[in-house]
This record gives sequence, C-alpha cells and structure tokens, in this order.
Amino acid sequence: MANTPLTPGVVSGRLAPETYRDNFADKAPPLTAHEARVAADRCYFCHDAPCVTACPTAIDIPLFIREIATGAPRASARTIFEQNILGGMCARVCPTEQLCEEVCVREVAEGKPVEIGRLQRFATDILMAEGAHPFTRAEPTGKRVAVVGAGPAGLACAHRLAMKGHAVDLFDAKPKAGGLNEYGIAAYKTVNDFAQAEVEWLLGIGGIAVHNGKALGRDLSLDGLRSEYDAIFLAIGLGGVNALRAEGEERSHVRDAVDFIAELRQTKDLSALPVGRHVVVIGGGMTAVDAAVQSKLLGAENVTMVYRRGREAMSASEAEQNLAASKGVRIVTGAAPLRLLGEGAVEAVEFAYTKETDAGLELTGETFRLKADQVLKAIGQSLEGAPEGLALSGRKIAVTGPGRTSLPGVWVGGDCAAGGDDLTVTAVAEGRDAAKDIHATLMGEG
Amino acid sequence: MADLRNDFVGIKSPNPFWLASAPPTDKEYNVVRAFEAGWGGVVWKTLGEDGPPVVNVNGPRYGAIYGADRRLLGLNNIELITDRPLEVNLREIKTVKRDWPDRAMVVSLMVPCEEEAWKRILARVEETGADGVELNFGCPHGMSERGMGSAVGQVPEYVEMVTRWCKANTRMPVIVKLTPNITDIRLASRAAHKGGADAVSLINTINSITSVDLDLMCPEPTIDGKGTHGGYCGPAVKPIALNMVAEIARDPQTRGLPISGIGGVTTWKDAAEFMALGAGNVQVCTAVMTYGFRIVQEMIAGMSDWMDRKGFSTLSDFTGMAVPNVTDWQYLNLNYITKAVIDQEACIKCGRCYAACEDTSHQAIGMTPERRFVVKDEECVACNLCVDVCPVEGCITMRRLAPGEVDPRTGKTVPADYGNWTAHPNNPAVRAAE
Repeated sequence: MANTPLTPGVVSGRLAPETYRDNFADKAPPLTAHEARVAADRCYFCHDAPCVTACPTAIDIPLFIREIATGAPRASARTIFEQNILGGMCARVCPTEQLCEEVCVREVAEGKPVEIGRLQRFATDILMAEGAHPFTRAEPTGKRVAVVGAGPAGLACAHRLAMKGHAVDLFDAKPKAGGLNEYGIAAYKTVNDFAQAEVEWLLGIGGIAVHNGKALGRDLSLDGLRSEYDAIFLAIGLGGVNALRAEGEERSHVRDAVDFIAELRQTKDLSALPVGRHVVVIGGGMTAVDAAVQSKLLGAENVTMVYRRGREAMSASEAEQNLAASKGVRIVTGAAPLRLLGEGAVEAVEFAYTKETDAGLELTGETFRLKADQVLKAIGQSLEGAPEGLALSGRKIAVTGPGRTSLPGVWVGGDCAAGGDDLTVTAVAEGRDAAKDIHATLMGEG
Repeated sequence: MADLRNDFVGIKSPNPFWLASAPPTDKEYNVVRAFEAGWGGVVWKTLGEDGPPVVNVNGPRYGAIYGADRRLLGLNNIELITDRPLEVNLREIKTVKRDWPDRAMVVSLMVPCEEEAWKRILARVEETGADGVELNFGCPHGMSERGMGSAVGQVPEYVEMVTRWCKANTRMPVIVKLTPNITDIRLASRAAHKGGADAVSLINTINSITSVDLDLMCPEPTIDGKGTHGGYCGPAVKPIALNMVAEIARDPQTRGLPISGIGGVTTWKDAAEFMALGAGNVQVCTAVMTYGFRIVQEMIAGMSDWMDRKGFSTLSDFTGMAVPNVTDWQYLNLNYITKAVIDQEACIKCGRCYAACEDTSHQAIGMTPERRFVVKDEECVACNLCVDVCPVEGCITMRRLAPGEVDPRTGKTVPADYGNWTAHPNNPAVRAAE
C-alpha cells in the first residue's frame, strides 16, 4: 500500500508521481511575448525612477522595459546583465514586492505595479536560452584573484573581475557552484536546474576556474591565498545555523530547514524524499516559508509555521506569506517553542504565547502543543569559520566601502559581510562592487 | 430621449451613422447585417464601369499600426473598387433598398473621366432606387494610376467638371468625396461646390506606407517581396480629418455646403466632434472592420445620452456649434495667460512632466529629493506638454492668471482686454502700417 498524506511518521511517496511534478512546477510561469508587450507597455518610463533606486543592483528598469516594449528583448537582457549578471535568478527570487515593485508609481497609484520581475525574467530567459554570453573579456591583466564562495556574491564578483581581464580562481566548499541558488531556494522558484544553467552561462565570460569541494579553513587558508593571489574576495555565506535552545532539540526528525531544503534541491526523485505527516516549521523568514511550503508540496497533511513575534515582524514578505497560506500552510505568530516532546523521535512541540514588552519579548505563560512528527528549524543562520585576523562587526565580517575588510587585499560580500540584508540581489551588488574596487586597486586606479 | 434622425441633403436615416464606401458595404450580405445591427445608412462600395471588373491583389490588402495591447490605431489598404460585376451590385442595391426603405442607400461611383461614362452609370444607379451617389475622387491607390480616384480629386478643375456632369445627368443628390492627399482641401471643396455638388464627404484615405519589414526590406503590406503605398485610415487619421472638415465648414466660399464627416470615427464622441465642426453626419469604416457592426449600438446610445445631458433634442441643435470657435492663429488672444498647476494629491510622482519640461521645453518644473514636482511660474510658458505627458488625467491643469495679476515670467501685468497678433507691437505688419 502506497503512502498518503495521512501515513504517520516521516515517510516518502505520499503523493502520486504526477502530483510531485505539478506541485514543483514553475511558481510563476514565464510571460508570453504578447503578455510581455502588454505588461511592458504599462511602464511610464519614470524620470529618475523609484524602482531603480529600490533595486540593490540599480538595474535601469525603465530602459530594459522599454526595450521589451519595442521588441528588443536581447538589448533589454543586456541592460539587466550590465548591472546584475545574475539577473535571471533575481527575476525568479527577488522579493520584488518589497523592492522595485513596491515603489513602482503604478503600485502607489493603483495597487498594481508594472510586473518588473516577470518582465526581467522574460528578457533574460530569451538571451540565456540562446546560450551566447553577452559580454567580452578584456585583455588579460596578469592579475590573479581568488574568490571564495560561489554563491551570488562570489559569482557576481568573479564575473566582473574576469570581464576586467583578471584571472579568477573560484572556490566553493560544496560539490556544485551556485551557493544558495543551488542549495537554498525553493525548487519551484528555479525549475529545470536553472541555477546550474546560469552558472555555466555566466562562466561563458572566460577566465574563471571553478574549484569545488574547497572549503576555507579546511582546504584553503586565508594566509595561503594571500600569499598566492593579488586579491581575495570572501563570500563564504553563513555556514552555521542558530540553535533553538529548546528542550528536546536533539530528538530525531528535528533538523535545520536549510539542510532539508538543500537535500530537496539535490533530490532528483522527490517521491523518494521523506516528509512528516505533521510538520512544524519554526521561524518567520524566507527559509521558513520555503521549508513549510515544500513540506506541504511533498504531501505533508499538516504544516504549521510558528514565529515568535507578530506577523509584521516576519522577514518573509507578504507575498511569501500569501503563497504559504495558498498552499495550505498554517501560520501561527506570537509563539515560541518551549519543548520538543516524544519518545526518541519528536511527537509534538510545546509552545508558549509571547508578548512584546518594553523589556523585549516575554512569554505569557499560556502554552499549547502542536502534533509534530517532523520539526524544521529556520531561526536564522550565522557566520561560521571566519578566518582569524578579520575584524567583525556584530556577528559578521566588518566592511568599509565596497567590501573592504580590515586586511589589505581582502574583500568580502554577500551574507557573511556586515550591513547586507541577506537578499540574493544585495549579494550580487556587493560582489560586483567589490570587483570594481579590486580592479581599481589592482590597476592602481583606487 | 434625443431624436437622432438625420436628414442629409434630403436623404433620411434613423441616425447619423453611415457606413463608408469600403469592404463592409461591398455586398448585400454585409449591408443587411449592418442594417440589422442598426446602422443608419451605407455608402455602397464604389462601382466602376460595366465590363470585366477590376482585379484585386491576392496577398495581404491591409497593413496596421498598433497601440498598446495590439489596439488597432491605423489601417492601410491597397484594395481597389468593387471587384464584383456591376450587374450583381446593382441588383443587390435594389433589393436592399426595397427591404430597408428607412435606411440611407448611397452608391459610390468611379468611372473614367468622360461624361458619357458617368451618364451611363448614373442612369443605372437611379434604377435601383438608391437615395444618392457619392463620387469617389479620393482613392489614392490603384485607380488613381488609371486617371480616376484621387487623380481627379487632386485637380480642382476635374472635380468641378465631373460634378457638373453628374448634376446634369441625375436627379439624385451628388456627394463629392474628397481626397486629403492635397495641400489645401478648400480648393477641392470649392470646385465641388462650383460644380453644383449637394455635399462633400471627407476624408478619403491618406497615402501611406504603414511600416517596413526589416527582414524583407520591403514595405508592408508585402506582396511577393514588394509593397506599395496604400490608403491610411482609422483613429490615427481623425485629427487630420477634423481639421479638413473644419477648414471647409468655415470657408466663406463654401459656407453651408453639407459635409459628411469621415476619418477615424470610432465612438459616439468622435461622431459628435465631427458634427460639432460642421459635419451633417458621419461615415464609419475602420471601427467596424475592427470590431464588427455591433458598435453602432454604443454610438447610438452614447450620442443620445450625451445629447440628453446637454439638452440637445435634435442633431441640428449642435451641428456646427464649434465652427465659430475655429479661427486662425493670428486671432488667438495673446493676453490669455495660464500656468500649469500640479495637483500634489493626484500626482503619482512618475516625473514624466519633469523630464519633458527639463529636456525638451522650458525647465519650468522643479523636482525635490522627495520627488515633489512643482511648476516654476517664472519659467512656465503654459505649453501644456506636462499635461499631455502626465499619465494621470486631471492631475496637471492650467490656471488662468486673472487680469491685474503679474506674470512672473515676463514681469508684466496681465491685461483685461483681448489682444492678438494682428495688433501686437512685435508684428512687422503692424509697424509697417504705422
């Protein structure tokens, strides 16, 4: 007898094979050419457009949309890629409703913004589908740069450096490049192995050698890199996960949401991936939503996301919350986990309601229990294994200007750098800007 | 409820909405469908001489210009006059007129520039019981190369001559359809008037190439790798048509000459505008070719509703009302001074007014870091470009400076009296007269 959503425990194959395919299909299917023309025509081509200001990579949005409207999607894609070489992925994962589309004058005026994200995908898909790389590498400079971490920041930095003619060695601890694009984003946002296709396309600039399975602190040392390369860019992300610090955290079927998502992303046959009948996700960010929604899509009967503060404090965007709700995820706010109960494997989680006070968040004393045969923890990641000698700011690597660290010749960007907002697009901007600064420094223009 | 009945040079129809001579009026089947839908009248697609009919191209006959969402803004055609036998057309005209006696049935004609040819065909049209004829002096393609259509319409002497022949050879009202492919429409209308025309109708289509296929390097519509100029029509040509109608309506030499307005009429409002500028009725083509005949219901309802709201009970109550307000530039009041005002509540902060003014006009709009756009009265010449490019209707308006106010741009006090160029001190003619 095959499993169903009602099968107790953490099991695989809860759904029919075609249901997995449907559930994990493209979340927002691409615009057709006519839809894109119509959507593009809504853009007012604002002067000093608010959307550009809101974009961390400052893509010239009115220009690329006008290029779509006038039937020049390849020129449009080039406009996007000039600012953001990962414009394809950003078109899929950016919380546009909190960035460009939030400030679109048509959103402000009518509550219906120009569909900037979908238009960006339309243009970038066309150019990328043709396989050609839109940029040409400058004459080799003879300089060598090590980029550690092949996530969005590392890829953006490596690409810009290579474009300027530097030779780049791009190291990553994981077997594949892409970072969170490959391991950390919900599958339905990046179907058809897009993350790897994008990396391959990006490398088309030439001059970038990728070295997978090389971790800083294990296979590489900062000192070693500094002696070998003219400059270093660190984009090592946040390797650690925050602990729940709740009793019973060690029980089985309690795991980090990032691991769950990474495993899901690397699983070819989703029907082989086990998921609980009653899944409880603890956290209120994008990772929590991605874990909760995908649990539901894998066939869990009940998925509850529990966040300790109010809904307004959740870092998951409203659109993400709505997506979760539409997939049947229940969102509980204002409750913190006290204990994970069960004999060996987790069976339930006990929560206490919280209240905001002047002294901070306090437990009210009132508790409740949620049945859980699987618990996914998504309460944030932290910097792990930062090399000695780098000044920190809070729990991240301190930066001045475009990614400069306290060590000469060492730049950082992405989630491991202080000051960012943990968005893919911000990481891209930081990688790109650090590359420009590295180039200026190496070429004596800095 | 407004009375929409129309009497145009004695031809009566239940409403002023006729279908223009074109593919929609080429045969009984279409015209009956049009009448069933409610059209007040038709001008039957142009008939030629008896004998082997003309031949049309078998490739595309139309080319289009689109606005947003593939909205058809302009259409161009290279179709000729009817390619059906004369006998068939005449028989159908007779049948339809018999079955629909309350609708206007006008027949468009185009035969060689010989009196006998016109005489022959007029006699045959009379036999159908049709209400009138329209002389096609406008067709800009295909027929003009054979000395007909706009080849006649472009020579006022020919217009007058053929009109006179027709008036001499028929008791039916003669409407002369004018081509816009000329430098001054009044010359042709005066010629028609002199020839005794009962009315003019305008505009026919405009010489045009809609676009170029950049792969084939060929004009569109493309027939086997070649293209030719065609007649342009549809909403895009309406402003040109309105001006030409107004030019004739206010020309002292043709004052009172009935006009059937044609050119991009798509809605009741377009029709009302043509009629306000002196047209006695309107003819429609591209709009029905885009949407089908049913749009006449909107035109009837919209016109009627507007007339009720305005207190007009018949069409003649407002026909020509705007004509006295069409004047020459030199008579415009130069003491009428306005300034743009941006409604900050309505403003959506797109900055288009700023870009337009700063880049292409008078640098009269300021922009703050908070994206607040404010007009600088000391620079504003009231050109209206900001109003025109603003995506929010009513957001930017023009405020008239009251007499006695000082115009911050010129430092001069706004006079209370009317003053135009003819008396302006900068006018060399004024100085010469002194």
